[in-house]
Amino acid sequence: MDLKPSPEYIEFRKEVKSFLKDNIDMAGKARNPARPNKNELDWQDKLIKNGYAARTIPKGYGGYGAEPDVLKSRIIAEEFTNAQIPLGMANQGISMFVPTLLELGTEDQKQSWIEKTIKGEVIWCQGYSEPGSGSDLASLQTKAVDDGDDFIINGQKIWTSSAQFSDMMFCLVRTEPDAPKHKGISYILIDMKTPGIDVRPLMTMTGHAEFNEVFFTDVRVPKSNIVGKRGEGWFVANATLTHERGMLGDPNQASTRLKEIIDLMESETINGDKLIDNPVHLDRLMRLQARVMSMSFNSLRSLTASHKGLDAKMAKLIVKLNGCQLNHDLAGFAIDLLGELGTIYGKSNHDHDSGRWQWRYMFDLGLIIGGGTAQIQKNIISEIGLGMPREPKPMQEGKK
Amino acid sequence: MEFALSEEQELLVDSVSKMLASACSVDELRSQASGEITFSDKINNEFIGMGLNGLLVPEDLGGSGLGILEASLISEQIGKFAAPAIWVGNSVMTPMCLSNGDNKELAEKWLPKIADGSSTSGIAINEFISKREDNGLSLDDGKISGISIFAIDAEKNPDIIITVVEDELYLIETANEKIEISNLPTIDTTRVMSEIVFHSCTAHKVTGGKELIKKIIDSGRVVLSADLLGASQNMLDKAIEYSLERKQFNRIIGSFQAVKHMCAEMAADLEPCRSLVWYASYAQNDIPEESHLTACHAKAHLSEVSHDIARTATQVHGGMGFTDLLGLHYWFKRIGLTRQILGGPEIVRKEAAVSQGFLNN
Repeated sequence: MDLKPSPEYIEFRKEVKSFLKDNIDMAGKARNPARPNKNELDWQDKLIKNGYAARTIPKGYGGYGAEPDVLKSRIIAEEFTNAQIPLGMANQGISMFVPTLLELGTEDQKQSWIEKTIKGEVIWCQGYSEPGSGSDLASLQTKAVDDGDDFIINGQKIWTSSAQFSDMMFCLVRTEPDAPKHKGISYILIDMKTPGIDVRPLMTMTGHAEFNEVFFTDVRVPKSNIVGKRGEGWFVANATLTHERGMLGDPNQASTRLKEIIDLMESETINGDKLIDNPVHLDRLMRLQARVMSMSFNSLRSLTASHKGLDAKMAKLIVKLNGCQLNHDLAGFAIDLLGELGTIYGKSNHDHDSGRWQWRYMFDLGLIIGGGTAQIQKNIISEIGLGMPREPKPMQEGKK
Repeated sequence: MEFALSEEQELLVDSVSKMLASACSVDELRSQASGEITFSDKINNEFIGMGLNGLLVPEDLGGSGLGILEASLISEQIGKFAAPAIWVGNSVMTPMCLSNGDNKELAEKWLPKIADGSSTSGIAINEFISKREDNGLSLDDGKISGISIFAIDAEKNPDIIITVVEDELYLIETANEKIEISNLPTIDTTRVMSEIVFHSCTAHKVTGGKELIKKIIDSGRVVLSADLLGASQNMLDKAIEYSLERKQFNRIIGSFQAVKHMCAEMAADLEPCRSLVWYASYAQNDIPEESHLTACHAKAHLSEVSHDIARTATQVHGGMGFTDLLGLHYWFKRIGLTRQILGGPEIVRKEAAVSQGFLNN
C-alpha cells in the first residue's frame, strides 16, 4: 500500500496541467456536442496529437500509440475533470466500436474506420437491443437474409442513442435463423444513409428523446461489413459490452456531483437558513459522502489490479450496479434539498437549477435499467462473483 | 501508487486466519456465552505467542512498529471468527496513546510489557464520546474517581487503564488502587464490555490533550470497522454456503434469483467497504489530513452496511438462521455491539460534518 505517486507520474501530472493551462481557450470553444463542428474536431485532433485522446490507439490507425498505463489515464481524467474540460469526444464509436475493431476487425476494417472514428469524422450508433430482446439480448430477431454479396436486413432496434445524426451503426442481426440463439448472430456495420432505414426519436420520461427506434425495411448491406466471423456476433458484441459496463457508474461522476451538492447546500437558503446548516440534511450528505468515497477507493483498488495485469474481480463487477444507483440517489438528494423548487422543470423565474437534477434523477433511472439492468448485474455478481448457479430453465420453454 | 496489500501483509493475514480457524468454533462461542473464560484465555495466549500484541508498539520498545492497516487486517480476521481477543483497546488504542503522548516514561514503562503480553491495558474513554447522567469521572488532587462504562479490554484485570478526564488522557496503574470491574450484560457474548468504578485512583498524565484523544479514537474506530468487515464477510460467506446446500422445491435455494439477488446486494455493498477500511487505515499513519474524516466514514458506513448484511444473511438462512443451532446470531450480535461502541453512526457522521466545517460542534 503506497498512495504516493512515483516521480514519473508526478512529472506526467505536471505535463497534463500545463497542457490544460496553455490550451484553455481552445478547450473552451469545444463544447462536446454529439455531432462535432470545426472547434470540436480541431480540439479532438490536438488531444490525440498530445496523447490525451485515443491514447493507446496505434499510430498506424491515427492514434497516439502509447503503451496502456491505467495510472496515466486516470491522471488525465482527473486533471481534465478538475479543469472542467471535457475529455475529448466520448461516443459509442470511440469507446465501444474502436476497441472491438482493434481486437477482432480485419486490417481493412481497421484502416477504414478507426482513424475517422477517433477523429470524430464518423459518428456511430449501436444497434443491439430490440423491443422483444432486452435483457435476453441473444434472442434478437432482426433478420439478415443472404443475397449474393449482400445481406438484406429487416427488423427493428430500440434504445439507439445518437442514431438521428450517426453516419454508421454497429449492429447485431440474425444471419443463421436455424442455429441456437447465441450462434446465429452476426456483428455487422451499416451505413445509416442506406435506403430502407427509418430513425424515429423515442421520447422518454425526461421529456426529451435521448434515444431512438430504428426500423429496417429491406436494407441492403455488403457481406464484407461483418466484423469477426459470420454467426459469431455474440462473441464480438460481448467484447464491447465489457467496455460499456466499465463506462457506466464511473465514481468520478459521483464525486463531481457530490461537490455540486455541497455548493448547492452552501448557497441555497430556506427561511433564511442555509441548507448546509440543517443537521438532518447533513446526516444524509454524510451518508452519501461515505458511499462516494468507498466507490472512489474501490476504483483505486481496481486500478492497481489492472495496472498489474490482474483481474479486480468483485471490485469491478459491482461498479455498474452501485455507481448508477449512487448517482440516482445523489440526484434524488439534490431535489429534496431544493424542495418544492426542485420540481420546476421548465422556464420559470423560480427555477434554481435549470431542471438539471430532475433530468438526472430520471435519466439515471434509465441508466439503472440500461446497459444491463440492475437485476442482470445482480445475476452476474452472484454467478460470476459468488459462484451461485444460473436460474434453471423452465422445462416447457418453447412449447405452448 | 499501489492500492493493494503487500506480500508481507497477505502472509500476516494468512497466519492469523489459520490460527483463528483452528482455535475458534461455534461450540467455543457457546461456552464463552455461558460464562466460560478459558476460550478467551486460549485466544489471547495465541496472540501473545505470535507476538501480535506488540504489533503497534515501536520497535525500540519491543514491538513490531507496524501500522493501523496491519492492525485492521488482524481485526478483520478477529471479526470473521468472532474471536474473544483483546485487541482494539489493548493492542491498538493503548500503543497509539502511549507512543504519541508526551509522557515518555509511561511509554517506556508499559509498552514493552504490552508488547510481550506480560501486561494488559483497558481503555475507558466512553464518556468522552457519550457522557450520561449516571456515569463519568472526576479528577481531584491527582486522583480519579467515578464510573466509566463500556470500557474495552478491561475484563481480565488489566495492569493499566487509560481514561479521559477534562480533555486529557490519564493512565491508572491498577495494582494497589481501589477499582471495581464488572462485565456489562450486552447482547454480544463474543467479547466483554466492562463497567469500571474508580475510587480515588492515582492518575498519571499521558499529556496529549484533545488532539491525541481524537487520534486514538480514530484508530479505534477504523480498527472496529475492520472487525465489522470481517464479521459481515463471514455472514455473507455463510449465507452463500447455506444457500448452496439447502434444498426446497427440489432445487438448492441458491439457484432462486430471490436468494441470489440478496447475496449479490450484500456483496455489492460490502466490496467497496473493504477499500474504505484499507484507505482509512492507511490514512491513520500516512495521510494525516484525511485520517479523521475517513475514520468517521469507515466506522459509520461499515456499521450501516453490516447492519443490513447481518439481517439479510440471517434471512437467507431462513428459520435456521433464527435458531441457536448454527450460531449465526453471534455475528449478528457482535455487529450490533460494534456499531454502537466508540460512537454510533449518527454521532460519528456528525463529527464527520463538523470536521469539514459544515457544522459547529
